[in-house]
Amino acid sequence: MTFRNDIDITKDLIADHGLKPDEYQKILELIGREPSLTELGIFSAMWNEHCSYKSSKKWLRTLPTEGERVIQGPGENAGVVDIGDGQAVVFKMESHNHPSYIEPYQGAATGVGGILRDVFTMGARPIAAMNALRFGAPEHEKTRHLVSGVVAGVGGYGNSFGVPTVGGEVEFDARYNGNILVNAFAAGLADTDKIFYSKAEGVGLPVVYLGAKTGRDGVGGATMASAEFGDDIDEKRPTVQVGDPFTEKRLLEACLELMATGAVIAIQDMGAAGLTCSAVEMGAKGDLGIELDLDQVPVREENMTPYEMMLSESQERMLMVLRPEKEAEARAVFEKWELDFATVGKTTDDLRFRVLWQGTEVANLPIKELGDEAPEYDRPRTEFKKPRPLGKVPSDFDVANAVFTLVSNANGASRRWVWEQYDHLIQSNTLQIPGGDAGVVRVEGHDTKALAFSVDVTPRYCEADAREGGKQAVAECWRNLTAVGAVPLASTDNLNFGNPEKPEIMGQFAEAIMGIGEACRELDFPIVSGNVSLYNETNGIGILPTPAIGGVGLIADWSKMARIGFEEEGQAIVLIGAPSQWGSHLGQSSWLRDVVGRIEGSPPPVDLEHERKAGEFVRNLIEQGITRSVHDCSDGGLAVALAEMAIASGIGAQVNQLNDVSPIETFFGEDQGRYVVALDPRNLDVVWEKAARREVSAFWIGNTGGDSLILGEARAISVEALIQAHESWFPDYMDDEPSAAATA
Amino acid sequence: MKSAIIQFPGLNRDRDMIAALTKITGQAPELVWHRESALPEVDLVVIPGGFSYGDYLRAGAIAARAPSIKAVKKHAEAGKLVLGVCNGFQILTESGLLPGALMRNRDLKFLCKTVHLKAENTDTPFTRAYARGQVVACPIAHHDGNYFIDEVGLKRLEDKDRVAFRYCGADGAVNDDTNPNGSVNNIAGILNEKGNVLGMMPHPENLIEPAHGGQDGRILFQSLLEAVA
Repeated sequence: MTFRNDIDITKDLIADHGLKPDEYQKILELIGREPSLTELGIFSAMWNEHCSYKSSKKWLRTLPTEGERVIQGPGENAGVVDIGDGQAVVFKMESHNHPSYIEPYQGAATGVGGILRDVFTMGARPIAAMNALRFGAPEHEKTRHLVSGVVAGVGGYGNSFGVPTVGGEVEFDARYNGNILVNAFAAGLADTDKIFYSKAEGVGLPVVYLGAKTGRDGVGGATMASAEFGDDIDEKRPTVQVGDPFTEKRLLEACLELMATGAVIAIQDMGAAGLTCSAVEMGAKGDLGIELDLDQVPVREENMTPYEMMLSESQERMLMVLRPEKEAEARAVFEKWELDFATVGKTTDDLRFRVLWQGTEVANLPIKELGDEAPEYDRPRTEFKKPRPLGKVPSDFDVANAVFTLVSNANGASRRWVWEQYDHLIQSNTLQIPGGDAGVVRVEGHDTKALAFSVDVTPRYCEADAREGGKQAVAECWRNLTAVGAVPLASTDNLNFGNPEKPEIMGQFAEAIMGIGEACRELDFPIVSGNVSLYNETNGIGILPTPAIGGVGLIADWSKMARIGFEEEGQAIVLIGAPSQWGSHLGQSSWLRDVVGRIEGSPPPVDLEHERKAGEFVRNLIEQGITRSVHDCSDGGLAVALAEMAIASGIGAQVNQLNDVSPIETFFGEDQGRYVVALDPRNLDVVWEKAARREVSAFWIGNTGGDSLILGEARAISVEALIQAHESWFPDYMDDEPSAAATA
Repeated sequence: MKSAIIQFPGLNRDRDMIAALTKITGQAPELVWHRESALPEVDLVVIPGGFSYGDYLRAGAIAARAPSIKAVKKHAEAGKLVLGVCNGFQILTESGLLPGALMRNRDLKFLCKTVHLKAENTDTPFTRAYARGQVVACPIAHHDGNYFIDEVGLKRLEDKDRVAFRYCGADGAVNDDTNPNGSVNNIAGILNEKGNVLGMMPHPENLIEPAHGGQDGRILFQSLLEAVA
């Protein structure tokens, strides 16, 4: 079959490329003629939601992205933040939601591969990974299969590549039945004077293709990820890429070796929309044109058309602009690692993006406009309506039973089944493995420095009030970093929402971003990179709004860091940052949802000034060596926080109960900005004095010790039984034979 | 002690092993690229863990055919020390330096956790610093660690005291519950006939400093230091 580049561009063809009629009109105006088929493909790749951020750009601009330590904010492959001593942490989070639903193992694996590549493209060796996963209801027929495939895929790629996965989130909710979320985070370490960027410089320089060969996998993947799912979902399987962590690992080593030779002027990985996006980005950023000769592109399939080559999302590929005099040296590095190395084009001074194939020019487009002139929408949005206040809540629920329920149900149970499938120890620098408030990895070559990582969001809060929910996601991430003793440095966001063409979804999106922006500003926690995933809908039903926040914090001396478990028996338990009744807010709480069976009310408000004060106080206690046992209160409130501290250590606790206050509110309220710390009672006076000076509340609520957890007047709960309940849900669920209905 | 590390594309715990050897022996190991057919003059050659050739075909199968592995065989024949950890163990069984095979874990999943090992034969250069029957903590991180050998081979291993380590509980109990991957007789590490080649799935190199939460992994390296002193 011969390829025809000059076919008629019909309405159907335009629609198949995900372009709206007015967007096509804009293309005609821009180039003054009908595009060729390859050109249409290029436009669809550059102008889809996934690559152009056309619905979100207006709002993303409002986020704070700068700070004293920020070396590079959004716009590059990953954000770069100074951690002192001439070193920087390079990190980003990105979604692979749509592909993971269609093909869970490969979808998740290539999600991990993509984010790792973003990090080492900048010259950083990846040192930590996390992931935020959201699945449908446990009883949904597809959930088990998706959990098993996604977790195996995340592990399969990360383990083989050799990065420790030190944290993450796994959550179940029926609203993800038709659209799961797979958000992958990676962080790397680089020297501040050896960061590599995608901006090309110099005319007539070789554009070099590196890594794996190009195949037909993933053609149209980014366009697929920019649309809702319907009943034809199984037909989309061919748009999912296939990952090869072995090639990625070689690509990492080869890139770092090559960068050390001084040969690299610019580098860009081929992610979404592959060769198209990477070439255009390098040229446009450097105010240069790019000419590509597709006959030089290493391919692994026969008879590939230029259209397919330009839109392929084959993994583990890079594009670089190299210093010509170093080309031989560069080639030797790649041959050592048995990777493809081909000069596929050159930089030009005419600001055109030209693609040659078999001696003909199949595309000739203005390179700057491809990116800069991409459509941008201020989509209509409905105003936010405050949720109805929480109705009367029963107060006669048993506290002990509720604790059991909350630590042993789908959303509260241990995630050990998941993270034991991830290599969390490789590189020998992991100081805190998953299961605590944050993963901690020491900085190699430095005696005391470590980095902390956490990813957080509470989607049910966002659904009820997107602005407070956005604030809360940031605050919780900041709090988790604080709880291990880290100074939060900066963050990355992965904004997962439904169809932005619906005003109510767009309203949620805008509100959430405003909340995130406000919290990041107040907490000095700038967003340095991120990703937006829209159209997470199936047959018109959208996911819960899920703006996941990934944060990085710096620990100056890891020998003082705090952990989630009680340190020893006989310590005083102090609740920090709480209102006088310790806990009060039951709206949208886990207790209300999982024990009472109601989803209702406003989420707990986030007072950012209070958040900062409480966090700084706790961090000070850790830095001063006053406490080594800290946990924040989040889902399930004070009771679950205490239970988790007991579970992590095997040590029990006896906690008081206030008179004339509902124990349900005290123990299960989800008031924000609270921490539980355990410490030597001899230090209590110091704590009271500091708390008074910093104007943060601190209450001595009980003591550690014994083999059961006693909450006020509730019956004693055996810690061993708690551990058993906490650890068994996940393996039991996954080992269960799927019901006959599900397999039929 | 002079050591060398063989490097294959796809290995990823080479850096961990280099760090451990450097910290414990005070001397960085020499690095040998897989295509080399001669080894430097060293006391110990280590094949570290990871995913050589992506575990494609079979874990360790492709690496076992490399020129450097021929050199490792010569090194072993000369009575010098060879240690293979994780993928290194798989490469040693695939190359015939050690008997048996590493199959997919019993639960068919990758498993990363800290388990306990019982030191069985403590009369070797790798294990002399352990007390016989000593129980130590050690991390594992593998997908294909389920050691298998036929009955005749197993009898030969057991009769000749060639099991170096067995998976056990914190109390030393060796049974199915304390077997993380389904290995026959809970075998975690074995020796060749002469006792100068050790293959093991667990990673002692990941538990050598207080920062790792323990230093039990050091004992193996201390044994080697004593042995070549």
